[in-house]
Amino acid sequence: MSAREEVLGRVRTALGETRAPVPEVVRDYRTTDDRPAAELLDVLVDRLEDYKASVLRCGPDDVAATVTAALDAGLGTGWAPGSVVAAPGLPAAWRPEGLDTDDDRPPVQLAERAASVTAVAVAIAETGTLVLDGTPPCGRRALSLLPDCLVCVVTAEQVVGSVPESLGRLDPLRPLTMISGPSATSDIELQRVEGVHGPRTLVVVLVA
Amino acid sequence: MTTTPQDLRTDQTPLAPGAPRSGTTFLGLPTAPRGVGHLRGDRPFPDAARDALRDGQLRANLGHATQTIRGKRAKVVAELPDWQQLRAAGSALKAATMARLDEHLEELERQVTARGGTVHWARDAAEANRIVTDLVRATGTDEVVKVKSMATQEIGLNEALEAAGIAAHETDLAELIVQLGDDKPSHILVPAIHKNRAEIREIFLRTMPRVDADLTDEPRRLAMAARSHLRERFLRARVAISGANFAVAETGTLAVVESEGNGRMCLTLPETLITVMGIEKLVPTWRDLEVFLQLLPRSSTGERMNPYTSMWAGVTPGDGPQDFHLVLVDNGRTAVLADEVGRQALHCIRCSACLNVCPVYERTGGHAYGSVYPGPIGAVLSPQLTGVEDNASLPYASSLCGACYDVCPVAIDIPSILVHLRAEHVEAQEKPTAESVAFKALGRAMSNPRLWRLAQRAAGLGRLVARGRPTMPAALPFPASAWTRSRDLPTPPAESFTAQWAREHGGRS
Repeated sequence: MSAREEVLGRVRTALGETRAPVPEVVRDYRTTDDRPAAELLDVLVDRLEDYKASVLRCGPDDVAATVTAALDAGLGTGWAPGSVVAAPGLPAAWRPEGLDTDDDRPPVQLAERAASVTAVAVAIAETGTLVLDGTPPCGRRALSLLPDCLVCVVTAEQVVGSVPESLGRLDPLRPLTMISGPSATSDIELQRVEGVHGPRTLVVVLVA
Repeated sequence: MTTTPQDLRTDQTPLAPGAPRSGTTFLGLPTAPRGVGHLRGDRPFPDAARDALRDGQLRANLGHATQTIRGKRAKVVAELPDWQQLRAAGSALKAATMARLDEHLEELERQVTARGGTVHWARDAAEANRIVTDLVRATGTDEVVKVKSMATQEIGLNEALEAAGIAAHETDLAELIVQLGDDKPSHILVPAIHKNRAEIREIFLRTMPRVDADLTDEPRRLAMAARSHLRERFLRARVAISGANFAVAETGTLAVVESEGNGRMCLTLPETLITVMGIEKLVPTWRDLEVFLQLLPRSSTGERMNPYTSMWAGVTPGDGPQDFHLVLVDNGRTAVLADEVGRQALHCIRCSACLNVCPVYERTGGHAYGSVYPGPIGAVLSPQLTGVEDNASLPYASSLCGACYDVCPVAIDIPSILVHLRAEHVEAQEKPTAESVAFKALGRAMSNPRLWRLAQRAAGLGRLVARGRPTMPAALPFPASAWTRSRDLPTPPAESFTAQWAREHGGRS
């Protein structure tokens, strides 16, 4: 008998011939958040800053200039545009002049770049979480991982209140990355240190 | 595709001819085999605990860490007004998953396969290790990077790979500390919780080849030393091995929850990804994650959300590993499933909240439990996976205070399972034990008024030993010492209640 048949057979033996009915799952927890949109944006900013991420807010016409300011904040002024890689589908109106665009180069080459700029698929206010889904505006997973500074552009209509609302907007077949602040560890005496293997600096541009 | 070569059972720890590979349950379901993996300690819990209790540094490190994390958890759990509803839903979802586990496993296999992944099945630890070793060998590499994973620790994968000439590099900071220090993990979430910063600095200075000699013991400096130590390994790795926090049956989506980004490095950069997962870790639908992604981070690290959660379904062209293998491991889980009381232990999402609130864990630390699963959940899970005879002291490693049940995000009734396993252990005894003899004698005395009065009068002699102190001395002769070496025994009263009643009321009842 193959291991597959044997393991499945054991499960069936364990559950018995006359199976108990499947217990009912009551979903009486919160699945929506009816706070006004402006309040949700404030909650998102509060949570991001709590994780030591920086947030810059701007209007729809000032995104490229604000991304530049975000890179100034993350890298210090005087950064070379060629050292910053943008996701291939990042809207042209959001891109500062001269940025490099990610292509099908070997992913490890991205480790030499100073920063990356991406969009997000969804942002969750209550947990301060950005979700990237691997579509062209978000880029492949290595892009938001290897450069030491990550700038994410979030638009107001992408912001939802809670985790349940976010999953409804996401495609579970895409490679998804949920990001809540810079990488961090608490492995040494439970003291939180921001910035381990992922980007040490996270700057969020919130367009509203 | 499913593969499980039939010759997998040849390369295993030798056993005497005719010896059972492992125990079996009453339904004939095998428990986790002996001689492989880390579910059994070398000695009983009370012996190991006694040594741990003498280590003042260990107790200070543990006390500080568990207190810190308890406070963080309590604060973020209190933020959610619907925490109890989420807990109830989490519990019901896990129970519903277990009730049709075979169907969900088959669906998961279909979905992962349809998206370009390969699913393997392993009856036990030895078979899982063999599958992974063969997969790594087939790539031609002799080193792998690893994401922290309880399942691979349970099956002893690192040792199996090492025996095959493959170096397995742990990449989680705490796992790295444990690996470099040639130590054992002592906590599910923070495996190096028993080490303080000075001890960690000393390990890094001793074992990291290019470490800065001026390294201080500041946590930031230590974390940065780990970053540069691992950076190059991530960039050159061709094979990664991970566990999984969740697998969604209906979509084939796998999820890994982490903080440092080492998980993302392993899940994103190598060409080949091998994920090793216990068969109980799945959830039926995508929507079910809305419950667990709220319960797990708040219970585990005490954060609203952990820094990184990675999810993937099979292979995505142009993004991440192009060769994906999922190894589904039984290793005693079906034996646990067969026990209607004990099967709740399979609901565990490995958050470790029960460790941090446990008065026993807080004092002994994780090593005393002998298994990779320490603390209250380990005390119910390890004996069930191995058969209670192989971890017989663990169901007693608890005061049954119930704090673990209160914090468990999926409401596992750990105290009830502990009592259930104690009963199972007692019933399995063929010869009378000291305890059964004592209780039989007590039962006889308590059912006979004359004998009981005699016994009370005899106990009164203890006052001579106590010499007026309120408690008896700890150094009593056996068998009284079994009680007094770790507990206070009050000095018997000068007069029993019945004697006092008889004296004051002249024998009238």
